[in-house]
Amino acid sequence: MNKPLRRIAIFCGLLVLALLIRDNWLQYVKADALREDPDNRRVLIARYATPRGDIIVGGNPITGHTETTSGDFKFKRTYKNGAMWAPVTGFVSQAYGANQLESIQDGILSGTDDRLFFRNTLDMITGKEKEGGNVVTTLNAAAQKAAYNGLKNQGGKGAVAAIEPSTGKILALASFPSYDPSTIAGGGESDAEAWKKLDKKNNPDDPMLNRALREVYPPGSTFKVVTAAAALENGLYTTADEKTKSPDPWVMEGTTTKLPNEGDIPCENATLRVALQYSCNTVFGKIGSDLGNDKMLEEAKKFGFTEEQFTPTRTSASVFSDDMNPSETALSSIGQFNTAATPLQMAMVASAVANNGTLMKPYMVDELQTHNLDALEKTDPEELSKPLSAENAQILQSMMETVVKDGTGKNAQIPDVTVGGKTGTAQHGVENSENPYAWFISYAKLSDGSSPVAVAVVVEDEKAVRDDISGGGLAAPIAKSVMEAVIDSKK
Amino acid sequence: MSSTTNPSTHHTSTIGAIGAPSRRNTELALLLFAVVIPVFAYANVGLAIHDEVPTGLLGYGLGLGLLAGVGHLAVRKFAPYADPLLLPLATLLNGLGLVAIWRLDQSKLLQQIGQAGGKATNQLIYTAMGIALFIAVLIFLKDHRTLQRYTYISMAGALFLLLLPLVPGLGADITYGAKIWIQVGSFTIQPGEFAKIVLAIFFAGYLMVKRDALALASRRFMGLYLPRGRDLGPIVVVWMISILILVFETDLGTSLLFFGMFVIMLYVATERTSWIVFGLLMSAAGAVGVASFEPHVQTRVQAWLDPMREYTLSRTPNGDGMVHSEQAMQALWAFGSGGTLGTGWGQGHSELIRFAANSDFILATFGEELGLAGIMAILLIYGLIVERGVRTALAARDPFGKLLAVGLSGAFALQVFVVAGGVMGLIPLTGMTMPFLAYGGSSVIANWALIGVLIRISDTARRPAPAPAPNPDAEMTQVVRPS
Repeated sequence: MNKPLRRIAIFCGLLVLALLIRDNWLQYVKADALREDPDNRRVLIARYATPRGDIIVGGNPITGHTETTSGDFKFKRTYKNGAMWAPVTGFVSQAYGANQLESIQDGILSGTDDRLFFRNTLDMITGKEKEGGNVVTTLNAAAQKAAYNGLKNQGGKGAVAAIEPSTGKILALASFPSYDPSTIAGGGESDAEAWKKLDKKNNPDDPMLNRALREVYPPGSTFKVVTAAAALENGLYTTADEKTKSPDPWVMEGTTTKLPNEGDIPCENATLRVALQYSCNTVFGKIGSDLGNDKMLEEAKKFGFTEEQFTPTRTSASVFSDDMNPSETALSSIGQFNTAATPLQMAMVASAVANNGTLMKPYMVDELQTHNLDALEKTDPEELSKPLSAENAQILQSMMETVVKDGTGKNAQIPDVTVGGKTGTAQHGVENSENPYAWFISYAKLSDGSSPVAVAVVVEDEKAVRDDISGGGLAAPIAKSVMEAVIDSKK
Repeated sequence: MSSTTNPSTHHTSTIGAIGAPSRRNTELALLLFAVVIPVFAYANVGLAIHDEVPTGLLGYGLGLGLLAGVGHLAVRKFAPYADPLLLPLATLLNGLGLVAIWRLDQSKLLQQIGQAGGKATNQLIYTAMGIALFIAVLIFLKDHRTLQRYTYISMAGALFLLLLPLVPGLGADITYGAKIWIQVGSFTIQPGEFAKIVLAIFFAGYLMVKRDALALASRRFMGLYLPRGRDLGPIVVVWMISILILVFETDLGTSLLFFGMFVIMLYVATERTSWIVFGLLMSAAGAVGVASFEPHVQTRVQAWLDPMREYTLSRTPNGDGMVHSEQAMQALWAFGSGGTLGTGWGQGHSELIRFAANSDFILATFGEELGLAGIMAILLIYGLIVERGVRTALAARDPFGKLLAVGLSGAFALQVFVVAGGVMGLIPLTGMTMPFLAYGGSSVIANWALIGVLIRISDTARRPAPAPAPNPDAEMTQVVRPS
C-alpha cells in the first residue's frame, strides 16, 4: 500500500502548491490593483485616517477637520462659512465622495500625492502623524463676502465671478442659493438627510449647482461688448464716436421682422459709444448681421466661448453657435437666441477689455503646499488669447466707462475710481415669458491706470416685478460692492 | 550467539521506524516556539490597537502554555514514540487562531453586529476541551486497531451525526446557507466535523477487510476494473447517503470532503488508479448536478466567477430576489491590501468581511495582516501536518492504521484546500472553516481528536518492535554430542 500512499502525499503537496500559487497571484501580482480598487473601503478608511489638508484664502484656512467617534472613518471635514465658499471648495463627504477643488486636489489634500512622498516618509520616521498638504487659492475673502452677501440680500438665485485682469486670478466665485458642505461631510444619517434635501430632485433651487462656473445663462446686452470688440477688430468701425450705419427700426436681414429697442432711445445711426450707453439692439444686431456668423464666432471664441475652462475646476462651455443665418446671428450678437455664457465667461470678457485686450487664463489655485507650508507647485499667470488690440481695447474701455458714467450702469459708480461696465437684461423662457436675468459686467481702474478687478454678476429673480428687473438695478450694486472690496483690500 | 545482539537490529521490516529515538525533547522544544510565537503576536495586537501590552497577556500565555504542556506530558506518558511535530504544529495554529480571534474581538464594527467580543475566551475554552479530548484519545485508545471492532457502529454513528441537524427543533440555521448546526442550550455543535473522523474509521475498517476482493475480484468494463457489487455496494450506499444528507443540508464543502476522503482511501486500499479517474468523473458530475438545481450553490459559483458583480448585487437592494454576499470580494480586497508583508497584526480592516470574519474567512485576516509571507508560512504548516500524517500512514505496520492515517490526513488536506481555495477565490466558496485557526468549538475539538488519533497511530508505528520471542528451536536443536 505504500506506492499509492506516496502518490497521495504528492497529491496533497500539489494541493498546497496550488494554494501557494494562488496566494502569490493574489497578494503579489494583483495586490496593487486590489489595494487601490476604489470600491475597496480601505481606500476611504485610509483617506479619512489622517487630517486632511486645508484650502486657504488670504492666509486663513476656510476648511478644517474634526475627529469622529463612530464608524471606521477617523476624521471628518468641516468648513468655515461653508455656504459662502462652496463654489470654491466643493465638498468632500465620507459617504458621497468629493467634487470640485476637494476632488481635483485630493492627492495633495489627502496626502497621497507623490510629491508628498518624501515629506510623509520623513514624518513616518520621526513618528509624526501623516497630514495632507494645503491648497492656497487666489481668492479674496472680502470680495467673496461682498459677492455672497450681495446675492443673499437680493434673495433670488444668482452668481458672481470676479477676476484680476492682469493675471487671471479668480478673486470671487459666489453662487446663491448655496449649501454648507459641512452638513454632508460625514457618513451618518443626518448627512444622508441633508444630502437628500440638497438633491436637485427634491430641491428645485438646486443649491449644489455652482452657478458661477457650471450654469450658462443668456448674457443679454452684456454680450454687446463682444459684438463691439468684433466690430472694432474687423474694422467695421474704427472709433467709438463715428456714426454707425444703422436705421431705427432695423428690419433683420432676410426677414420682415423688426428688431426692437427697449424704450425710446436715440439709436438711429448712433455712434458705438452711444449705442452701448443706451444698449441699442438695432445697432449691435446689425453689426452681428453685417459681420456674419463666422467673424462673430471667431471673436467670441477668442474671449473663451465654446471652450470649457479649467480653473482647475471645470466650467461649462459658453455657447455661440456656428450655423446661423444673418437674422439669427443678429439676435445672438445681442446676447439672445442661442448665446449663453457662464458668469465666469462674462467676467473674462470684462477682464480682457480692462487688461488692454489680453485675456489671461483664469485660475484659482495659487500654490500647493506641504502641511508645513513648503511650496510644491506655484501657478504662473498664463495668457489665454488676445481678443483685441490694445488700441481697440482702449476704445472699448472708454465706451464702457461712458455706460457707467452716463448710461445704464450708473449704480456701479465708485468715487475716485474709473469704472467701466455693461448692463444686461436677458429674456428667456418660452415667448420670453419668464422673468429676465439681470446681468452686469464691469471692471474698476485705479488712478495709476491699473485694473485690479473685473466682475460679472447675474441675478435670476423670479419674485421681482418684471419691470423692476434690470442689470443696472439688481446686478450693478453687487458688482460695485465686490469691486470696492477688492480695491479696499489693496490699500 | 545471535541472541546476545541488540534486538532492534533483528527486524525484517523495510520500515525504518523501529528503534527510532522517542523525540519527546524535540517536541518540547518545538512546543516552546509554538507557545512563544502566539504570545508575541498577542502582545503585537495589543500594541497596535491599544498602544499597550494587553493585560491578559500573562493569563493568555500561561493558558496556552499550560494546555500545550499538559498535552505534551500526556504524549510523553501515553504515546512516547509519537511523531514529535504534530502537537507543536497544531498548537502553533491554534495559538495564532486565538490571537486573530482576539484581534477581531476588538473590532467595533464586528461588535456592533454581535460577532465579536469575548470570542477569544470562548475559543480558549474550546481549545481546552479539544486538548482534553486529545488526551482522552491517548489514554483510552491504547491501540488504534481497537477501532476496527467498531467499523459498523462507526457507520451508524456517522450517519446519525450527519442526520442530527435535520431533526426539527435541534437543527439551527446559524448563518446563511448551510443547515449543519445543532443547538443544545446555548451551545451550537457542527456534527459534520466529528462525522469526518467517525466515517474515516468506517471506511478504513471496511476497506481493510474488503481490499483484496475490491482489487482483484473485478470485471473489466470500458478499460476500467470494476469490483463486484457485493464488495463495493455497502460502502457506496453509505457514501451516497452521507452525500445526500449533506446536499439536503446544502453543505457542499463537507460532501466534497467526504467524497475525496472516500476516493483516497479506496485508491490506497486497492492500489487501482482507475478509482481516481472514477472519482474525478463522479465529483465533476455531482458538482454540475447539484449546481444545476441548488440556488445557494449557484450564487456561490457566480460569486466565484465574478465576485465584483456579486458585491455590486449585494449592495443593490431587491436586485433579483436572491441572497447575494459581498464577502468573496471583501476577502479578495483583504488579501490584496495585505500585499507581500501585510499591514501588521491589528492594522488591517478584515472586519469589513463582517459576520464570518472570525470563522470561515479568518484566513483573510491573516492574509491582510501577515501578508503573503504569513499565509505561505501557514499553508506550509498545514502542509507539514498533512505530510506527517501521510508519513505516519507509511510507517504504520497494519493496513487499518495505514488507511485511517491516510484518510484523516487526506481529509485534513482537502479541508484546508477547499477552505483556503474558497476564501482566496481559487474555487467556489463552500463555508467550512480552517482547522485550528477559525472560531468554532466543534471544529477545534474535532481536529484535536483527529491529531490525537494520528499521534496514536504514529506512536504504534514508531514503537520499537517487541524483542522477538526466544526461539524455542534454538534450545531444542542443540547438538548433543555423543559422549
